[in-house]
Amino acid sequence: MSLRFQRLILILITLVFLSAAVVLILFNTKQNIVFFYTPTELIENDFILNKKVRIGGYVKKSSFIKKSLNTYEFKITDNVNELLVFYNGILPDLFREGQGTVIEGFLNNNNNIVASKVYAKHDENYMPASIKKELEKNNQWKKNYK
Amino acid sequence: MFNFLINPYKFNKFVDIIFKPLVILTLLVLTAGLFLVYFSPLDYQQGLTVKIMYIHVPSAWLALLTYAIMTIYSIIGLAFKIPFSFIINKAIAPIGAVFTILCLISGSMWGKPMWGTWWVWDARLTSVAILFIVYLLIIFLNQTFENREVREKTIAIFILIGSINLPIIKFSVDWWNTLHQTASISKLSAPSIDMSMLQPLLIMTIGFSMIGVIIAILRIKAEILLRKKFL
Repeated sequence: MSLRFQRLILILITLVFLSAAVVLILFNTKQNIVFFYTPTELIENDFILNKKVRIGGYVKKSSFIKKSLNTYEFKITDNVNELLVFYNGILPDLFREGQGTVIEGFLNNNNNIVASKVYAKHDENYMPASIKKELEKNNQWKKNYK
Repeated sequence: MFNFLINPYKFNKFVDIIFKPLVILTLLVLTAGLFLVYFSPLDYQQGLTVKIMYIHVPSAWLALLTYAIMTIYSIIGLAFKIPFSFIINKAIAPIGAVFTILCLISGSMWGKPMWGTWWVWDARLTSVAILFIVYLLIIFLNQTFENREVREKTIAIFILIGSINLPIIKFSVDWWNTLHQTASISKLSAPSIDMSMLQPLLIMTIGFSMIGVIIAILRIKAEILLRKKFL
């Protein structure tokens, strides 16, 4: 085997080992890399009270209440468990019932979250507004486009 | 046939033929792209801001593609001792860095109205920020080591180490919970993006790649001239 192919194989083997090391590190620190927990993960893992957490899920249908100007109350759900969220601040444009959201805040004693930040999460579907109208007219609008 | 990719003399000959038509074609594609983007429909829930996608996504793809090309050239440069590959690495690193910063800035401007934040430390955003830092370090490494061979080898090895970040960026949205949405376009399934929006996106991507290629050609030719002068 010529020297150049020995070098090529050496480089490739080094890369494989290096990526294996990185993958091991990443998957053992998963808890620190995830951006948010789902409500179920939060409840099952007994998270410490009064520590900042981020929770992601959907805003539960017909749970959104506007208490006063900039003060809101809603439930965040992953379709298994749900948490009540209190928030005082400005909501992003995409925030609405049924829409994905990530909130940052503190868990208090009654499994409620006092949120300090609310982000809207959107999915990978892009569609012209006119087509949505068309689909709705023909009852073809699927809920999973949300 | 593809010898011009590893041989500077053939490269010069080849690009002298294609350069002018390429520039004209790029102008045409980009003009067409701008018109298509202007007349592309508004998104059903994001409205007008969806048009940031036509800058954001091509820059993100090209940031990754540029790094992938540098990785391939580093491997063949180190294994087969082809000096031209180090010329290319030096020439295209700043192009990749510019695409990365374009992606970060446009993404930030998109995130503020849609997510409600300029920046979060989720896996996708952080890994792209790391890519930008890696690009900067590659550019800075070009200023170190008087000995050219040592410098080029060091940079190539550094590029190889940094290439581990590429799959992490690509799959970060699948492996971890992130605020960033998952990919709209993948090989395994039909794209979850409407044709009327996919078309301008692809044309813009072609246009962006052509700008990248033009700048790369100019920078590689300059680098070849520089080395002829001092060697």
